Amino acid sequence: MTLLEVRDLHVDFKTRDGLVKAVNGVNYSVEAGETLAVLGESGSGKSVTAQAIMGILDMPPGRIPQGEILFHGNDMLAMSKEERRKIRGAKIAMIFQDALSSLNPVLTVGYQLAEMFRVHQGLRRKEAKAKAVELMERVKIPAAKARVNDYPHQFSGGMRQRIMIAMALALEPDLIIADEPTTALDVTVQAQVMELLADLQREYNMGLILITHDLGVVADVADKIAVMYAGRIVETAPVKELYRTPAHPYTKGLLDSIPRLDRKGQELYAIKGLPPNMATVPGGCAFHPRCPAARDVCRTELPPLAEVGDGRGSACHFWKETIDDRAA
Amino acid sequence: MTERREQGGRGEPILEVRDLVKHFPLTQGVFFKRQIGAVKAVDGISFDLYPGETLGIVGESGCGKSTVAKLLMNLEQPTSGTIRYKGEDITRLSGRALKAVRRNIQMVFQDPYTSLNPRMTVGDIVGEPFDIHPEAAPKGDRRRRVQELLDVVGLNPEYINRYPHQFSGGQRQRIGIARGLALRPEVIVADEPVSALDVSVQAQVVNLMERLQDEFGLSYMFIAHDLSIVRHISDRVGVMYLGKMAEIGTDEQIYEHPTHPYTQALLSAVPVPDPESEGKRERIVLEGDVPSPANPPSGCRFRTRCWKAQQRCADEVPLLAVPTLFEGSGSGAAHPSACHFAEERAAVVAA
Repeated sequence: MTLLEVRDLHVDFKTRDGLVKAVNGVNYSVEAGETLAVLGESGSGKSVTAQAIMGILDMPPGRIPQGEILFHGNDMLAMSKEERRKIRGAKIAMIFQDALSSLNPVLTVGYQLAEMFRVHQGLRRKEAKAKAVELMERVKIPAAKARVNDYPHQFSGGMRQRIMIAMALALEPDLIIADEPTTALDVTVQAQVMELLADLQREYNMGLILITHDLGVVADVADKIAVMYAGRIVETAPVKELYRTPAHPYTKGLLDSIPRLDRKGQELYAIKGLPPNMATVPGGCAFHPRCPAARDVCRTELPPLAEVGDGRGSACHFWKETIDDRAA
Repeated sequence: MTERREQGGRGEPILEVRDLVKHFPLTQGVFFKRQIGAVKAVDGISFDLYPGETLGIVGESGCGKSTVAKLLMNLEQPTSGTIRYKGEDITRLSGRALKAVRRNIQMVFQDPYTSLNPRMTVGDIVGEPFDIHPEAAPKGDRRRRVQELLDVVGLNPEYINRYPHQFSGGQRQRIGIARGLALRPEVIVADEPVSALDVSVQAQVVNLMERLQDEFGLSYMFIAHDLSIVRHISDRVGVMYLGKMAEIGTDEQIYEHPTHPYTQALLSAVPVPDPESEGKRERIVLEGDVPSPANPPSGCRFRTRCWKAQQRCADEVPLLAVPTLFEGSGSGAAHPSACHFAEERAAVVAA
């Protein structure tokens, strides 16, 4: 059975500027041991989708008018609060971008890790503390025993992110959602953290949803990618195919616009314009005002996410041209 | 691009930085402050900036790259060392002489959300440099000049009366650049100018900066932690680690022929957006974190994380010089590197 399947998920927010449709019919799935990368710019809806899965969306102003989130085949949106609470943290855990503001500054890291075991498993203080030390060793924090009583500010950024990973792993979840886990870290530390995360995933055979805007990080670790733009998935593909022959002009533009370490180009390709304001998304294909290949049909008709062969999908009317263009 | 590189490295440097040191004192006590140590943010670095070239400075957080920017802008007083602008030491200048120099060295900041005053209109923000340096533009002419500047950076000149919150991140960074250009400076110090922007917008701003450089003959100090962007825009690159320059050279020397282990590790850690070459690259994963600049390791500062470290590295500070091994060899590895055991490593950056 599929570990997690999101079906036709919609999320909107009531704001002063009217109804903002942040997520408009997103479908994706993750199997055990698989890594799905969700790629998108700010405002694309990638984090909101994750929050809906996790059940930590602020409602109101948020609202889920439509859709299903199936975890081991059961729709979580139909569950009671109590049932969801048992899944959250224990079965599905989340790692946030900013470890410093996600940890409580006035409690020791040992206490915060031990809390997971005390609350979810009813362990006693002493046992829970011992488990906390074990976890810190598992995420390779040096001198774990000595540092278990330290406060978050006494750790470096990379170490704090390890503690966040430890906390997510504590109850051996089936699925981890990592929202920009390495964005705030330096490159050398970023490499350490990603390596750790990949090792642990393999060890526990967990599903991983990696939310990021960094095409470089994704290339290394993901099995498949979903690219989001303006609340919709515009392209989904296994990682190699996506990089070799993108089937959506947005993906193609993103790939062309990043400077490469191994190549020095003349001028960078730049996608013109700006990501849309989610309160006033353009009609038709939301990408059409920025698309170099836009035609009349793109202004009026919303392209569906169509099968484009071998497990790939593209929401572009002219996906075939886009693929051929790169292949040529 | 090659044309620009040939200009760079020629003629007199516009900025000459020599043995620049900035220590921030650490004190103890409330009434009777005693100095108990110092954070050695910048600890003796030297480099030149030539007219029309871009010098990229890369390094991880805490390596002192932003402090260097502040020292160049005269926003901080160096503990020792000199910064010569066209031969004149600007570190001890004050009053009118300082003001005159500042007109020629301008800065673009990292965060376009906090570096623009939310209560000022775009016109006031971009025109403010003219209030401080009235000789740069006569009063009646300012509005037109501001509109020209907005046009140059690709913003609609009619937006002159709008406020910063009405713009997106990329547009705000353009406003910041327009402000930096207002006085027609010769040098622009840009501290992480694109790291707060969305990927698809970064390319727009980088292209804009390159275009402006050609148009106005600017020299850039481009400070960033993103090695790919630095390579793209820079003619020469300096790699900093814990307040010292580890290695400096042309972009090709640094990226294709790095000889300092830190540079090699840094380059190997950068994820390349290509799953096929990604698998073939050999990655050096460094152990541990950057040590505290208040208490840096003896000798070579990188030795605590270096896989080549030996006793000599703890005893002797390596100097930034062309390694004797490569001296006069004419190879790409013949550039200054502060390592006792500098050597090339095959294919750090896979093709």
